[in-house]
Amino acid sequence: MAYDKFTVLKSSAVPLPIENVDTDQIIPARFLKATERKGFGDNLFRDWRYNNDDSPKEDFVLNNDKYSGKILVAGKNFGSGSSREHAAWAIYDYGFRCVVSSFFADIFRNNCLNIGILPVQVSAGFLNSIFEAIEANPETELEIDLSAQKITLLVTGESEGFAINGYKKNNMLNGYDDIDFLQSLKEEIGVYAESSPY
Amino acid sequence: MSEPKSLFDKVWDAHVVKSIEDGPDVLFIDRHFIHEVTSPVAFLSMEQRGLKVLHPNRTFATADHNTPTINQHLPVADALSANQLLALETNTGKYGISHWGLGHYKNGIVHVVGPENGITLPGMTIVCGDSHTSTHGAFGAIAFGIGTSEVEMVLTSQCIMQQKAKKMRIVINGKVSEGVLPKDVILYVIAKISASGATGYFVEYAGEVFESMSMEGRMTVCNMSIEMGARGGMIAPDQKTFDYIQGKELAPKGADFDKLVEYWKTLKTDEGAQFDIEYVYDAADIEPMITYGTNPGMGIAISKPIPRPDDVLDGKASYAKSLDYMGFNVGESMIGKKVDYVFLGSCTNGRIEDFRQFASVVKGRKKADNVIAWLVPGSHVVEDQIKAEGIYDILINAGFELRQPGCSACLAMNDDKVPAGKYAVSTSNRNFEGRQGPGARTMLASPLVAAAAAVTGEVTDPRTFLN
Repeated sequence: MAYDKFTVLKSSAVPLPIENVDTDQIIPARFLKATERKGFGDNLFRDWRYNNDDSPKEDFVLNNDKYSGKILVAGKNFGSGSSREHAAWAIYDYGFRCVVSSFFADIFRNNCLNIGILPVQVSAGFLNSIFEAIEANPETELEIDLSAQKITLLVTGESEGFAINGYKKNNMLNGYDDIDFLQSLKEEIGVYAESSPY
Repeated sequence: MSEPKSLFDKVWDAHVVKSIEDGPDVLFIDRHFIHEVTSPVAFLSMEQRGLKVLHPNRTFATADHNTPTINQHLPVADALSANQLLALETNTGKYGISHWGLGHYKNGIVHVVGPENGITLPGMTIVCGDSHTSTHGAFGAIAFGIGTSEVEMVLTSQCIMQQKAKKMRIVINGKVSEGVLPKDVILYVIAKISASGATGYFVEYAGEVFESMSMEGRMTVCNMSIEMGARGGMIAPDQKTFDYIQGKELAPKGADFDKLVEYWKTLKTDEGAQFDIEYVYDAADIEPMITYGTNPGMGIAISKPIPRPDDVLDGKASYAKSLDYMGFNVGESMIGKKVDYVFLGSCTNGRIEDFRQFASVVKGRKKADNVIAWLVPGSHVVEDQIKAEGIYDILINAGFELRQPGCSACLAMNDDKVPAGKYAVSTSNRNFEGRQGPGARTMLASPLVAAAAAVTGEVTDPRTFLN
């Protein structure tokens, strides 16, 4: 499924200053039972967001009207654990297009890139500046320019570069995905398969 | 003389179909495992594009994640789970993919049935939409978990696109002391490196401890590589590996097998090969381990107190939240903590050796009245072995029951959920908040620690039961 192009995103952000947020927190296993990719956003951060009786937990950030936007800003080592792409789907379906953290788990990062969410890894110091700025003013905006590989905290003008390989960057700028690309390599893959000892 | 290569380099480089400048490698995948939870959307999306499965004989399906572990002969009561199981059956049937569904005599946890049937071989690339695919690295394969988009890539092109990871080697020399199992070794390593310390790396485990481990033990170790963030972990294949594979139903036979063994013998790290980082530990320092927090890096020797936040490597900011969730305090001893549930099973510790260890402690003893124990074999093959070896009788005599194979309480997708606030000693791989049920509190440990807890009703040093 091709996804929307990602060029420049300017938005307020939702802060989640917790470290080691694993994919079981992003979406618990019991909500992985669909056979279609839809509705996962309703269960994003389910057990942090809702009580057992499905009433919202008022102290959780997604239940606080002060915070909104297309960017999720999270603590170090975001997305660890299970490979469930449902975690990335839930984040996308909820409305986020970018996750900012000082460190991402590998599989989660790949899953994001494969569905059109941009993972932006920043320094611990810059992450802290973002959290502080949002705390001071929840409407504070971030600008993420993929082409320039730059994230800017608009209120202070503080900015930082971020890494992404050229191939993935081009994919995201154009909304291409790997499956289309791999189809174009059919011949080379066929040659390899013939030579495989397995 | 070519440049010395690591085991990881050798296997990876042999599978690169194409390298993209400033981008990932196109990597050919020899074996693809699928299960009911992470594959349906891949099939759906594939069909929406008008594509088909390219190599159905390279993909193997088993149902495990949401299957019940009792009354498997009855229809699955949960409608959503039943629907996913049906989708797997339908999709595999349509494209001619091998399917060991619920009720099939080969059914079991994907990372248990792959190796025990000879599907997993050294030198392969193996992927599955499940992060514990790293298990198969025990055979000297490059094996790792992928997302559903990548499942679709493998179905349609037999390739995925990934950048080659950095290389880490973990060497443990010496011999482990009595009562220390492979699970303790890997919990020790994760506690040393932290839950994110190997992110971006592929790990090779080397040294006497891993060389002397059984294949089951090596699988336990490689299984949890992901719990320190590593893409995967692997161990060089040796005679033990070849002996394990020989004669397995789907493994190559005769001259084909012999020829492959000659190749597999070359799959070891060359002298002088470079690693980006290396850790060396001494086996004598490893004790039976247990976790006290909400990530697998929060583990300690069972005899030690819960550390102060200043003494942990990672997650200082979330440390208090984690202990609060567990209901534990800094400085407390884990020994004597009340245990409500014991879970023996999962792709980490659901193999025959794990049941042998568990039985060695509970033999002639009785299950504690306050404990609910779920003993879940990783496959029907393991279940049959448990019965054939007399372990079943030992368990029954000690007041335990044996359930039917599946992932079960490891991720609590089926009915095997630990209730909120209750404490479980679990041989599985994750102690995340709510992993074993909303509000459940998990302490990860070895089958010996689980057995000791099951008969005493509290966290107990298993060495007190050794003769």
